[in-house]
Amino acid sequence: MTVAAATSLHSRRKVRNSAMMTLCVVAAGIGLAWLALILGALVWKGLAGVNLAVFTEMTPPPGDAGGLLNAIYGSVVMTVIAVAVGTPVGVMAGTYMAEYGRFSKLTTVVRFINDILLSAPSIIIGLFVYELVVRPMGHFSALAGAVALAILVIPVVVRTTEDMLNLVPNTLREAGTAIGAPRWIVIRSVAYRAALSGIVTGILLSIARISGETAPLLFTALNNQFWSSNLNAPMASLPVTIFQFALSPYEEWQQLAWTGALIITLTVLGLSIFARSLTGRREDR
Amino acid sequence: MTLVATAQSMRDREATVRRFALTDTIFHNTAKGAAILVLLILSGVAISLVAGSWEALSKFGPAFLTTESWNPVTENFGALAPIYGTVVTSAVAILIAVPIGIGIAIFLTELCPRPLRRPIGIAVELLAGIPSIIYGIWGLFVFAPFLQTTVQPFLIALFKNIPVLNSVFAGPPYGIGMLTSALILAIMVLPFITSITKDVFDTVPSVLKESAYGIGCTTWEVMRRIVVPYTRVGIMGGVMLGLGRALGETMAVTFVIGNAHRISASLLAPGTTISATIANEFTEADGDLYTSSLVALGLILFVLTFLILALARYMLMRIERKAGA
Repeated sequence: MTVAAATSLHSRRKVRNSAMMTLCVVAAGIGLAWLALILGALVWKGLAGVNLAVFTEMTPPPGDAGGLLNAIYGSVVMTVIAVAVGTPVGVMAGTYMAEYGRFSKLTTVVRFINDILLSAPSIIIGLFVYELVVRPMGHFSALAGAVALAILVIPVVVRTTEDMLNLVPNTLREAGTAIGAPRWIVIRSVAYRAALSGIVTGILLSIARISGETAPLLFTALNNQFWSSNLNAPMASLPVTIFQFALSPYEEWQQLAWTGALIITLTVLGLSIFARSLTGRREDR
Repeated sequence: MTLVATAQSMRDREATVRRFALTDTIFHNTAKGAAILVLLILSGVAISLVAGSWEALSKFGPAFLTTESWNPVTENFGALAPIYGTVVTSAVAILIAVPIGIGIAIFLTELCPRPLRRPIGIAVELLAGIPSIIYGIWGLFVFAPFLQTTVQPFLIALFKNIPVLNSVFAGPPYGIGMLTSALILAIMVLPFITSITKDVFDTVPSVLKESAYGIGCTTWEVMRRIVVPYTRVGIMGGVMLGLGRALGETMAVTFVIGNAHRISASLLAPGTTISATIANEFTEADGDLYTSSLVALGLILFVLTFLILALARYMLMRIERKAGA
């Protein structure tokens, strides 16, 4: 009787275990299948519209063929400005947190606030920049869009810079100090050099993050149907153009939206895989 | 001669040391200033949102939170419908994403063959890297038509005769709507929940798991009775982080929610969320009160996500301290 009860309990536990483990495998399958479905649809619909005109012509009026040149240009310009502004600020803040104020109260507070900024809704950043830049200037501008993107760059760079500098062994810094180098030279020539690939990874990840951001550009850089290199005027960008074209009833526009989506996704995935390979090699070493 | 030279080199050294001290102070303060700038950005966000929404908040008062009406013509605005849509879509998304996310984490830590671990982990994290507008365009053109023709009619037929559930899944099947948004949000927060759950699972001391296996526990029992209780706070932190993302997600939802300012019991009906309302209407808003009401919606979203994210970070900090101890 007890033996029978024990065997049935044993087999019940085994069955339950295999059932739950099967569900876990199914969950992993769902995750991977979803990624495959999205990428598959993107490649299928996006490739159909890839041709030279996409990269050489302006966004067309409804019902016409055209390209995405001005949108691609706008995205590149705003991303470059945002990274040029956001990276120094982020690297310096990360430097303070890991080098000068590793144990200070300020660092704890900044780390907490930075983590919140990291996951704060980007549309809120858009509203902030609207109030800060667009409203006082009186009009939408590419500059405002770049500022919004820069604010998204900062927390990513701060986080990775701090983490990477914390990984640099203290003996390296002590060796630098021992030969009489002042602190900032130790940081610049020893700590930065040791943490370089990690910091670059952070910058690449931040580029990957902002190159697909739409919400903060909607009411800062707005959009522009034509070629514009004026930073003080509205400028087209790839994500906002996709948003406008995808929701339009015109077939040519929808096709361009898919092609643009494919371009953005390939850029973002390429950047994040490249960034990962930089740090991946570090771990193996 | 030698004495003069030594005095000269002493002076040179002194000057160099002083220059070093000065440049170090400059570098130190620049770094500190950059760190403080991070704080200023967040406080700037808070101040500008309060300032921008002041007009709407002083006109409508607390009733802004409880009014359903959203009428640009009569300039009568209330936030209830967007708040309802935001909370419902995020909650449903979390309900779907949490079991799948934990399942994937268990798969990756316990079941997956070692060589496949890193590629599959990276693949799931790539889901997090895909920009939200891609989810939006995919949701609108691929996922919504699929739901409209298969899943939604099935759900409507399935729950037709069950009270309560028949109003939650009331037709007609539009394709777009709150359920579609919730499903897409679930896919989007999945990687966050998975990667954090996986990380906190790794903090469980092996000796605890080995003891459990040693007394004959099955893998599931070890996960359920040892690993999950040990990491509960961390998992909650990951879930909160996912929730924070879901609440603020804009573009993907804007594409598929339908942008209808009303509260309906049915998950299949179109609705709206705070972020979708702002994205759709901000550039077209004419009149200061309209703009101000939209900024007020932004303020509500900011406060909501700030609280959730702060809670998430606090929980994750607790488990980090536990792992460090």
